[in-house]
Amino acid sequence: MEDKYLLSDVKRYSGTDTSACMRCGKCSGRCPAYNDMDIKPHQFVTLIERGDIEKLMQSKSIWTCLSCMACVERCPRNVAPAQVIEAVRDAVVRQQYANKIKAEDIPAKIDETIPQQLLVSAFRKYNK
Amino acid sequence: MRFSYYPGCTLKTKAKELNNYALKCVEALGLDVKEIEEWQCCGAVYPQARDEIATKLSAVRTLNYAKGEDGKLLTLCSACHNVLKRVNEDMISDANVRLKANNYLQLEEEYAGETEVIHYLEMLRDYVGWDNLKAKVVNPLKGVKIGAYYGCLLLRPSKVMAFDNPENPTIIEDFIKAIGATPVVYPYRNECCGAYVSLDEPAISKKKSNAILDSASANGADMVITACPLCMYNLKHMGDSVVDVKYFTEILAEALGVKED
Ligand code: SF4
Ligand code: SF4
Repeated sequence: MEDKYLLSDVKRYSGTDTSACMRCGKCSGRCPAYNDMDIKPHQFVTLIERGDIEKLMQSKSIWTCLSCMACVERCPRNVAPAQVIEAVRDAVVRQQYANKIKAEDIPAKIDETIPQQLLVSAFRKYNK
Repeated sequence: MRFSYYPGCTLKTKAKELNNYALKCVEALGLDVKEIEEWQCCGAVYPQARDEIATKLSAVRTLNYAKGEDGKLLTLCSACHNVLKRVNEDMISDANVRLKANNYLQLEEEYAGETEVIHYLEMLRDYVGWDNLKAKVVNPLKGVKIGAYYGCLLLRPSKVMAFDNPENPTIIEDFIKAIGATPVVYPYRNECCGAYVSLDEPAISKKKSNAILDSASANGADMVITACPLCMYNLKHMGDSVVDVKYFTEILAEALGVKED
């Protein structure tokens, strides 16, 4: 039951109509993180349509997508794969104890040169 | 006409030069730019999920402040610009976000996206003009070959950002020409530097940043310029520095002869 609601929630707050996808693969063709993804952007769109949310929530791609919006720019069908990926990532980090990075991880990762913008961005993406 | 200026956190800390040179230049250009009072962090990344409201509120506060001035919000950091412009678009076109954000903020008058969000480069193009800018240059950067690094945030998604052609932009090349230097067009100028992923997966950002710098260098650039502190960090600290990276405001200040004041 829970999964059913989760799927419809993720679809709704992704804010994009994945049923319009024609499987052309242009989004993945343009994606700069393609080689660092186990499930590719066009597959995200297909798998969410099929309802395979569990598989997507375990994918590595939700952590390697750069939110660069190149896939959105290239899609001829007005689908936004980046928004699907972000919605799935949100579904993961909105769970209890599921943050990818925590405040206590930060000191070990920073040095004098890291801009605040990088820390806040990563926190907003990986921590809820 | 006054521009309400939103510097953002990083321009007051790790990217002070980007901010300081920009302010010297607006003075030299005779523009009325005033920093917004009591601004807060914009949130650094635009939250894409349609049900995200609280994470957009500080951007709405900033937008509403500018509305109360001359309705022109000037941005400089590419990330702040992207967040503020996209949240503003939500306030125009997403009734749910608009209603809830207004309910939270309890403003005297409803905010519905009235403010115009203008990036510093757009201000140079649309309010100063390239010919005017050229006329104010005292120290043209003759013979310097500069690659524009656009990255993602200024250009995409182009339906909202409406900054320039997302695949073949020209605004930074036009800027480079106006200050007397030579633009170098290279294929990776609108590719992602690796963004926030560098915190947890530096190898990815290294790869991305080096591809950009190698592409600029192979096409003959002496340096690349950016408007983004995160791109600057990734290109400089993740990349192998085959070419120099500078903020565009630094070379503008040099051309206008105000760099050392
Ligand atoms: S937003 Fe993510 S999925 Fe889309 S092109 Fe960029 S890195 Fe790839
Ligand atoms: S570019 Fe658009 S239509 Fe083509 S596969 Fe990707 S999401 Fe589907």
